[in-house]
Amino acid sequence: MKKSLLFHKFSICAFLCINIIGCASAPKGFLRPGEDCLKTRELQMRQYDTTNEEQIITAVAGVLQDLGFTLDDSETDVGFVAASKKADATSAGQVVGAALFDTLGILFGTYSNISATVDATQQIKASVITKPSLEGNKIVVRVNFQRIVWTREGKISRIETIKDPEIYQKFHEDLSKAVFLEAQKI
Amino acid sequence: MINLKKRSSFTVFLLIIFLSGCATPAVKALETDSSQVKLRSMQTRAFDTADKKKMMQTVISNMQDLDFVIDKADLTLGSVTGSKFLGYEVVKMTVTVRPRGEKQLLVRANVQYGIRSIEDPGTYQDFFTSLEKAIFLTAQQVD
Repeated sequence: MKKSLLFHKFSICAFLCINIIGCASAPKGFLRPGEDCLKTRELQMRQYDTTNEEQIITAVAGVLQDLGFTLDDSETDVGFVAASKKADATSAGQVVGAALFDTLGILFGTYSNISATVDATQQIKASVITKPSLEGNKIVVRVNFQRIVWTREGKISRIETIKDPEIYQKFHEDLSKAVFLEAQKI
Repeated sequence: MINLKKRSSFTVFLLIIFLSGCATPAVKALETDSSQVKLRSMQTRAFDTADKKKMMQTVISNMQDLDFVIDKADLTLGSVTGSKFLGYEVVKMTVTVRPRGEKQLLVRANVQYGIRSIEDPGTYQDFFTSLEKAIFLTAQQVD
């Protein structure tokens, strides 16, 4: 009698636990700026010495095209452009490593297919916003990139915000050139 | 013995409640957990400015601060939609800016985490707090 009572208590407890975990809620605090927010902003933002917003936004679209992006959406009145591109994501090291592992697997009589799980393609998304600076005599351009990486099997292996400074530098260097070219009507 | 029977039926009752708690009925597309009024009040704030364009640009910049990439924006609708990645889930956010009277703007944000709508007031408060700082205006609660 006592045992079955204990069992009942235990089963109720277990079910409560399982069900509470099963319906867990979303994380909190993800709309709070992170600690590296200012650093990221510095990376993504540049000021351009012009007040001609139309010229800047045209240059932005041009640079995105130069970098192989296609435009997905834009609202020039607020200075917004969104673009994306698909690109190769294979890294030689990863492919060789996986092939080696699979070959070893064959030699030792085990089956592995790591080669199917190496990164193959990626989609890069970019969004750009241009707006007048606080003083109003310059235009601030801010860009940010995200990428989704797929494996050879077609599964998503990574999704992330790109924080590599080189990419942002490249974009802004190209934009400076493009602004100059636009100004010279080239 | 009767007591034990009662207990068994109670266990079965609990089982039914919890198993059905996580079920997905066919029509869930228009369902939310909170009441419409409560949802609106946690997602909406009023700002003392009539500059819709500037507000939208600040919203976009603020979303970029939070690692969102902007997917769409429309000045007429005053809407901005962006997405960001959190672990293996996608967070999607739409912010709408619309005039309230002559001198104010209403800013409303709604956020989805994976397949769940965020209905936690704190999350929205975080967003409006950073928006306030970015635009140098106070976000006022709307009734």
